[in-house]
Amino acid sequence: MLELKHLVKRFGDHVAVEKVSFTLKKGEVLGFLGPNGAGKSTTMRMVAGVIEPDEGDVVIAGHSIINQPREAQRRLGFLPEGAPLYGDMTPVEFLNFLSTSHDLAKVERKRAIDRVVADARIANVANRRIVTLSKGYRRRVGLAGALLNDPDVLVLDEPTDGLDPIQKRAVRALIARMAPEKAILISTHTLEEVPAMCNRAIIIDRGRIVADGTPDSLTGQSPGGLEETFITMAGTAEADGV
Amino acid sequence: MRQWAVDTLTGLKASYSRELRAYFATPLAYVFMAIFLMMLGFFTWEASNFFDTGAADLQPFFYWHPWLYMIFMPALSMRLWSDETAAGTSELLMSLPVSVTGLAAGKLLAAWTVAAVSLVLTFPMWLTVNYLGAPDNTAIFLSYLMSLIMAGAYLSIGAAVSSLVSSQVLAYVIGVVVAFVFTAAGWPMVVGAVSGALGAAAGDLVATFSFLTHFETAERGVLELRSLIYFFGVIALWLALNVLWVSHRRNGAR
Repeated sequence: MLELKHLVKRFGDHVAVEKVSFTLKKGEVLGFLGPNGAGKSTTMRMVAGVIEPDEGDVVIAGHSIINQPREAQRRLGFLPEGAPLYGDMTPVEFLNFLSTSHDLAKVERKRAIDRVVADARIANVANRRIVTLSKGYRRRVGLAGALLNDPDVLVLDEPTDGLDPIQKRAVRALIARMAPEKAILISTHTLEEVPAMCNRAIIIDRGRIVADGTPDSLTGQSPGGLEETFITMAGTAEADGV
Repeated sequence: MRQWAVDTLTGLKASYSRELRAYFATPLAYVFMAIFLMMLGFFTWEASNFFDTGAADLQPFFYWHPWLYMIFMPALSMRLWSDETAAGTSELLMSLPVSVTGLAAGKLLAAWTVAAVSLVLTFPMWLTVNYLGAPDNTAIFLSYLMSLIMAGAYLSIGAAVSSLVSSQVLAYVIGVVVAFVFTAAGWPMVVGAVSGALGAAAGDLVATFSFLTHFETAERGVLELRSLIYFFGVIALWLALNVLWVSHRRNGAR
């Protein structure tokens, strides 16, 4: 459902993403792990069509992000890093704006908004200005926006960052509920979440994929568990500096 | 191509209604209109001595439009793209299945609508001249029309500039400077200097690219086709630059 083909992105001399390829099938929830600056967000931005890759292609439900960007984006839900939102709007206005952008029909629009407001549990703040909402609620409004068009592929950049444990659990439950019908790509720093949320994990370091497997297989690779695998695989650059 | 048109229209609708709402959800539009009307009134009555002209027309009123637009229109357009960059919402915008052209056009039209409302609110001026005498109302209507189109040209400059920077203040300052260049090119002082240095032909050439020159005939209520084409050409050019600049960011960082 989602296929990344040899994605390359350079910023000047710095290679941010170097030949990243993987395929994600329906029902897969992929934890995209890596230290800060490893190229996670850049990769996700390329998948979402926000920035163009220098080389390679992304295929979303059969549509290339390069040749048919709008068709691909119609089948995609994207939560950018930090869940940026329009502070001057209420969640309902924001979702209305998105449904206009997705060109949903009038009847469909109401149904879609009701569905995501319930799914993301934002009904009690639906008519408050986004600027007055807490970080947890904002993240959930962003999530509601990503789900609005009922996408085949969901790309979530740190969806649980800054949430309290209860909210984290709610987001994980929501992802688990949707997982069978979608291909989901999630980036996170919180390694404990990975076994609970994902059925596959990829570790990326300095733009390259260094490990790909189930959370269990990655955990089994070192005696110290997933964290130690992560540090051995991806922490070399920083460990060298110490 | 057909799909592109649909995606453009969708983007236009979405961004137009969002931006228009944003103008009126914050005090921005109201403050803008209040100060704009106040300044326009001040210049017309005080600086141009409206009563002393002895003629029942709105020429002293329209005379100030290019200069006030130069200062005020960038204030309206400065947030259009720079705000999206600063808040990170541009990332969200770029992931939507709409064309950049549609988004840019929607944003421009929203700002243009606020300018149109401000212009409509100057109707007491029009009523006043009708009370004082018998002005040529068709001519006044044409002047208004041209003024509105010119406002769009100023806004298209400001909108394009705001896509280059992530700070509203910077977008405003650069917007005013660019608008000043397009305005002052027709100023007798500038035209005279250019003519003196490079010959009369160069001076005329510079003047043909000025908003002032093209609005001058419209001030008297004469609608010239070439001025109309000029203003729409300027709008199209800056809208294209706007789209280009926004699209270009997809290739670079951020």
